[in-house]
Amino acid sequence: MKRVMSILFLLAAGTAFAQKASVVKFNAVEKLLKTKSDTIQVINFWATWCAPCVKELPLFEQLGTAGKPVVKVTLINLDFADKLERVNAFMSRKNIKSKVLLLDEIDYNTWIDKVDKSWNGAIPATLVINPKTGARKFAEKEFADAKELEQMISAVR
Amino acid sequence: MLLLGIVLFIAAAPSGYQIGDTVADFNLKNTDGQMVSLANYKNAKGIIVIFDCNTCPYSKAYNDRIIALNKKYASQGFPVIAINANDPEISPGDSFDEMVSQARRKGYDFPYLVDENQTVAKAFGAASTPTVFVLKKTNDKYSVAYIGAIDDNTRDASAANKKYVEEAVDALLAGKPVRTEKTKAIGCRVKYRNS
Repeated sequence: MKRVMSILFLLAAGTAFAQKASVVKFNAVEKLLKTKSDTIQVINFWATWCAPCVKELPLFEQLGTAGKPVVKVTLINLDFADKLERVNAFMSRKNIKSKVLLLDEIDYNTWIDKVDKSWNGAIPATLVINPKTGARKFAEKEFADAKELEQMISAVR
Repeated sequence: MLLLGIVLFIAAAPSGYQIGDTVADFNLKNTDGQMVSLANYKNAKGIIVIFDCNTCPYSKAYNDRIIALNKKYASQGFPVIAINANDPEISPGDSFDEMVSQARRKGYDFPYLVDENQTVAKAFGAASTPTVFVLKKTNDKYSVAYIGAIDDNTRDASAANKKYVEEAVDALLAGKPVRTEKTKAIGCRVKYRNS
C-alpha cells in the first residue's frame, strides 16, 4: 500500500510540475538565436493576453507531431514576469508541450532589432532559423493555418 | 531543389511616415461626435499623435501616462490626439460606442478619434498600439519628429528611465534636436481588415 502511495505521489508530483515557463533575460534568447544546433529553430513571440497569439499556438504545438520533419519550437512569452503563475496556469490548461521562455526584459527597444530589424514590435511574430545554413525568415503576423507556417519553414530548409 | 514561386510575407502595417516626413492632414470623428483635423490646431507648436485602442493590455498600462502627457504638454503647445484604427469586427471592444465609454470613464480631455477606414493608420504606418508620432509644426505644415514608444517601461511608470516622448517634446520646445528619434516597443497589432 505504501509503495502504491509513493508511486501515486510521484505521478501526481510529475504532473503538477509538468511544463513550466522559465523566466529568462535576453541573453538566453540571444543564445537561442545563435545556436549551432542542426535542427531548424521555430521561435514564436506571444502573450497569454494576445488573442491572435493564443489562437495560433496549436499550429506550433503540432509541429512536433509524427510524420513531420523535426524542428525545435521555442515559444517566447511576453507576459510581465510577475504574471508567471498565470502563464503556467495557461500552459497547464492548454497542455502546452513546447518549451516556453518568459522573456523578462522590459526595455524592449534594446532587443527588438536583435530579433529582426523589420520587427515593429507587434505580436504575434515568428522567426524561423536554419542554423546550418544561416537562412532565416521573420514574419510579424499571425498564421491562418498549418500550411502557411510550413511554407515559412520550407523557405529556410 | 529549387523553390519555385516567391513566398511573400506582407507585413500588416505599410511602411508609413519616416522621421522628417510631412504629414497629410486628416478628418476623423471624435468620441463627442465632432470631426477633428490637424488644421483645427491653429496655435499648436506640434501634436502628440498616439495610435491607441481600448483593448490592448499595453495600451491600458500606458493609459494614465497618455492622459498625463496631454495635461503636461497641451498648455505648452503640444496636445495629444489619440487615434483608434482597430477594426471593431475583429475587436468588438474597440467599437465606437466602447471608445465613447472609455473616453467618458477616463475623463479624456483630448480627442480620441476613430479611424474607420484605417487610412490614417496606414498613412502613418502604425503597426501596433500604443505607438506615438510626435509632430512638429513649421509654417502650417506638420512633420514627424519622433516615432515609437512612450518610455522604456511598459509595466511600471515609476521605473521608467527613458521617457522618449517627453524628451522629444522638451527638445522641440527648446528648439533643440530630438536625440532619440525612433524607438520600438512590444504592443498589440493594429487590427487592420483583411490582414
